[in-house]
Amino acid sequence: MNNKKELLKGNYAIAQAAVEAGCQSYFGYPITPQSEIGEYMSDKMPELGRAYVAAESEVAAINMLLGAGSVGVKAMTSSSSCAVALMQEGLSFIAGDEIPCVLVSVMRGGPGLGYIYPSQGDYYQATKGGGNGDYKIVTFAPSSVQECVDLTYKCFYVSQKYRTPVCLLADGMIGQMMEPAVIGEYPYEEIDQSDWALDGADGREPRHIASIEREQETLRARVVKIFEKYNKILENENIFEKYEVEGAKLVITAFGSIARIAKAAVKKARKEGLKVGLFRPIMLNPFPEKVVAEIAEKVDGILDIELNCGQMLNDIKASMAGVANNITVEFYGRPAGVMMTVEEIHKQIEIAYRKLVEKKYGTACI
Amino acid sequence: MEQLVYKKPDSIRDDYKITFCPGCDHGVAVRLVAEVLDELGVREKTIGIASVGCSVFSYDFFNVDIVEAPHGRSLAVATGVKRSKPDKVVFTYQGDGDLASIGLGETIHAMTRGEKVTAVCINNTTYGMTGGQGGPTTLLGQVTTTTPHGRKAELSGFPLKMCEILKEVDGAAYVARVTLDSPAAVMNAKKCLKKAFEAQLKGLGSGFVEILATCPTNWKMTPQESHARVRGEMSEVFRPGVYKDKVSEV
Repeated sequence: MNNKKELLKGNYAIAQAAVEAGCQSYFGYPITPQSEIGEYMSDKMPELGRAYVAAESEVAAINMLLGAGSVGVKAMTSSSSCAVALMQEGLSFIAGDEIPCVLVSVMRGGPGLGYIYPSQGDYYQATKGGGNGDYKIVTFAPSSVQECVDLTYKCFYVSQKYRTPVCLLADGMIGQMMEPAVIGEYPYEEIDQSDWALDGADGREPRHIASIEREQETLRARVVKIFEKYNKILENENIFEKYEVEGAKLVITAFGSIARIAKAAVKKARKEGLKVGLFRPIMLNPFPEKVVAEIAEKVDGILDIELNCGQMLNDIKASMAGVANNITVEFYGRPAGVMMTVEEIHKQIEIAYRKLVEKKYGTACI
Repeated sequence: MEQLVYKKPDSIRDDYKITFCPGCDHGVAVRLVAEVLDELGVREKTIGIASVGCSVFSYDFFNVDIVEAPHGRSLAVATGVKRSKPDKVVFTYQGDGDLASIGLGETIHAMTRGEKVTAVCINNTTYGMTGGQGGPTTLLGQVTTTTPHGRKAELSGFPLKMCEILKEVDGAAYVARVTLDSPAAVMNAKKCLKKAFEAQLKGLGSGFVEILATCPTNWKMTPQESHARVRGEMSEVFRPGVYKDKVSEV
């Protein structure tokens, strides 16, 4: 255990937290902006007698993860954007198989190779996925280096408790920036995996883990079962940040790196007397629809801010449908890698706020 | 006095349901793998990888823990299992389409890392489960549903020879190609399979056995004609034999 506050880079914080969480097997293939995770693991894991494999591709890495998860150990891979795209088939299998494991996705700009700038263009990739069939990848998004640590722990816990793949969705800014953080120790109870994991049929009937299912009814029941699990996860594991939401007329919705910049802009606007708040979902999938709906019922408008062309925006709108149809929903976003400044977001808050006041009173003076 | 001369291996389930077509060599291959697991005394610590294709229902007959891999990814899944549980015996049971086409990368890289696993490849020169399409090992001139006029090199290249490739891969400790077309061939196949498992048990590296197998359904031949094809044109292209044997060198 290390309770010292250290200046840590986001990627190293994730890697150190994974080791502290008891990750037994790591598989990865290099891609910027997350390569430090694999580099750290290549040194630390063998030193601890744990597994590190430099996979020949992300396709291989995700399937190694499937194998490691199937024997019940804590296992992880990390990657980014165009390479996470290669993992989608494997993720569908892993979700259908109910295999616990952790995927760290440090987003870069896209589409295609894009570039290594911070981006939130893979919100859809993480939360909607590209694999086939009905499934979800439980997703948590950190907005600080400390949250890289805390949420890595949470990812391992949720994956093991519910037997499901979990994604830590960071971006190039969070992965590459340094700030003080405490690694501490894994704060969750260990979940016994021995009643299902493969360890050889010694004195018991053999077990099998497979996504194939020949009986229609059994196949249906399996999908229903994993969706019941997602409901439980939403009920028990949902985390979010509400800042100055009570009494706010305008609420900013944002996640991950951009949310902390938005928060600074909200603070600035509050000082100027604007009734503005921030809602930051930390668990992005399953999406906290009820929480958004409750907020939407009490405000005049929502301004969604993302480093993309509007992806979480659609989950925000869907959450409000039927409960807050008349409020204004504005979007301010920018794809593929140019970070926003506090001043820029502050200006958008002013614009959105002015519109709300004008809508209500016909004129605005703010 | 009764004497038991032949019995079902313990590594085959009591309630086994063989899902293969009549006359297909898969049944013999599965039994041989099971006999080897029994004789090596490793059934209780074995984890098998089922691959996509005719062998996907391996858990219906192998009496061991099984995890299914996506198409072609068996040796990546095997890597994840073995690295996480090094004390287990890990094997894959794959078709040639799985191992030599869509999974060629995983095959070569698992073996170049010298993963302590055993790969069994059923080479029947066609995609059996999907109805007999041309694949990586389809012979020149062979008629399949996607080479209706016979495989032509200028259109779809040449059959891929896995033993010849894998013998050059340093992490592979045992590489052999066998047939099942006669009692002597079956006995030899079992000996080779055993060595391929010993390669991992002795920590020497990866073990690989390619079994030239029949697919009477898709070849539209009787089982006897199918075995004649294995002995004839298949063995001329895919030459049976031991290509590498670090097990015997020890």
